Amino acid sequence: MRRRAGSGAAWWFVGPALVVIAVFFFLPVLAALIMSLTDFDIYALADLRNLRFVGLRNYGRLLETPLFWQAFLNTLYFAVVGVPLSVGASLGAALLLNSRLARFQGLFRTALFAPVVTTLVAVAVIWRYLFNTRYGFLNYALSQFGIPPIDWLGDPHWAMPAIILFAIWKSFGYNMVILLAGLQGIPQELYEAARIDGASAARQFRYVTLPMLAPILGMVLILTIAGYFQLFAEPYVMTQGGPLQSTVSVLYFMYEEGFKWWNLGSASAVAFILFLFIFAVTVVQVRVARRGFAS
Amino acid sequence: MTPGLARVIVNGLLFGIAAITLFPLVWMVAVSLMSAGEASTYPPPLVPSHPTFANYRELFAHAGMGRYLVNSVFLAVSVTLVSLIFNVAAGYAFAKLRFAGRERIFKLLLGALVIPGQVAMVPLFLLLKQLGLVNSYGGIVVPAMAGIFGIFLVRQYALSIPDDLLEAARIDGASEFRIFWLIVVPVLKPIIVTLAVFTLLGTWNDFMWPLIVLTDNSLYTLPVALASLSREHVADNELMMAGSVLTTLPVLVIFIALQRYYVQGLMAGSVKA
Repeated sequence: MRRRAGSGAAWWFVGPALVVIAVFFFLPVLAALIMSLTDFDIYALADLRNLRFVGLRNYGRLLETPLFWQAFLNTLYFAVVGVPLSVGASLGAALLLNSRLARFQGLFRTALFAPVVTTLVAVAVIWRYLFNTRYGFLNYALSQFGIPPIDWLGDPHWAMPAIILFAIWKSFGYNMVILLAGLQGIPQELYEAARIDGASAARQFRYVTLPMLAPILGMVLILTIAGYFQLFAEPYVMTQGGPLQSTVSVLYFMYEEGFKWWNLGSASAVAFILFLFIFAVTVVQVRVARRGFAS
Repeated sequence: MTPGLARVIVNGLLFGIAAITLFPLVWMVAVSLMSAGEASTYPPPLVPSHPTFANYRELFAHAGMGRYLVNSVFLAVSVTLVSLIFNVAAGYAFAKLRFAGRERIFKLLLGALVIPGQVAMVPLFLLLKQLGLVNSYGGIVVPAMAGIFGIFLVRQYALSIPDDLLEAARIDGASEFRIFWLIVVPVLKPIIVTLAVFTLLGTWNDFMWPLIVLTDNSLYTLPVALASLSREHVADNELMMAGSVLTTLPVLVIFIALQRYYVQGLMAGSVKA
């Protein structure tokens, strides 16, 4: 009897949250899939009778749109260059913090983590100023080493590297904290055993730290790649996609397609391509990681 | 290498990295106190020659900053309070109450975590338009009332509540709601604080969705207002830095005060994968 009473009450606990998630998340995701097969545009927005089913035409047209490809390649560039550098920075900082020689660990950890909690738009505004060609601090610092000024955000070759630099600064603390916890979880006896065997610090890192950290490192890579593919606010604030569309990302393209030109069907298709791509990359990574463990 | 030298290298590196990391934030504060035009000189000045709050006064007097600040505070607090109620109740139920399809529904929710929120944005915009919520606070609050991540976080923590504790209360004739309120919520307090900090900071910092759903200037949150101001005032570095200080300082203060809870949530969140 009691059990049954509990079961009725349970729905009062989960029901509201499930309804919200179903209506405001699952339904829109499903609708996005359907919308991506229609020519939903500003005319359909005014009158739904103008809506037509077009099959996969949105996807086909996107694949023939040079700007979409550019946005895709820009995003790929951002992720392929940015993720290894970012995770590398996280790992380096975590190793330093985990060193027995390090002092004031709590203080340093807080300092290195601080950019993570800051508002992306606000710090992007700061960095836009740091990157300023004439007055920016970065060029001033480089000039001390005799390096001539770089037009960071105005040169199509430098704009994406500048955004990557900013993104690393903003996000490396997040993975650093996760990796630090992973490092702290490695049993000290393993290091002692390695030391007794005469293993150098480098060999200890190669044969103890890396294998023990591998599962966490793999997970961090998967989450970071998925996050880097969602690049949007950085180009929106710092470059507006320019110069010469060198920083248009997939989400930036989706935003303009959907909420500037009101091609909502096509924007939904962009969202789905992005999702499928992230999903595929994640699946491949999980496979590779599993095979790594098996061998 | 002697241990003394190694110690100097490790701590020197840490100090250097920390200095580079904090420099943009410290400089933001310094430039925000400079008078107009002072920061647009070479070499870039590090400290204001005559510190002034003129930029802050200008932001509140002519750029509507007070309004944006109120919008941001109101939205972050309401989303946090409302979503806590929904997520904590659901997370507890998934951990401790029995109902048909519990495991299957939970697996479905977990699986859905891989779908980026942006996939839902276009139809969500149309749905909220139908409901008359576009360009209103509701457009932010209503879709954020419950979230999979929050439910997951609470559920993991609630699994550790001993069943005997709940069973004893049931035998004493306490209703499920009384048990939830008097026993479960106090036990879950640490994870509730963690989730509250996460939601608060997440809502405060969010940019893309408020940019889409809030079209009226007077409803802008700080990030949306700052992005729009920064497109207008490209050259007014001192003014923009003051705006950045107003936007980031509240979250930094909350983070530093509740750091322990935040890092805990970050760990719990990363275990999901």
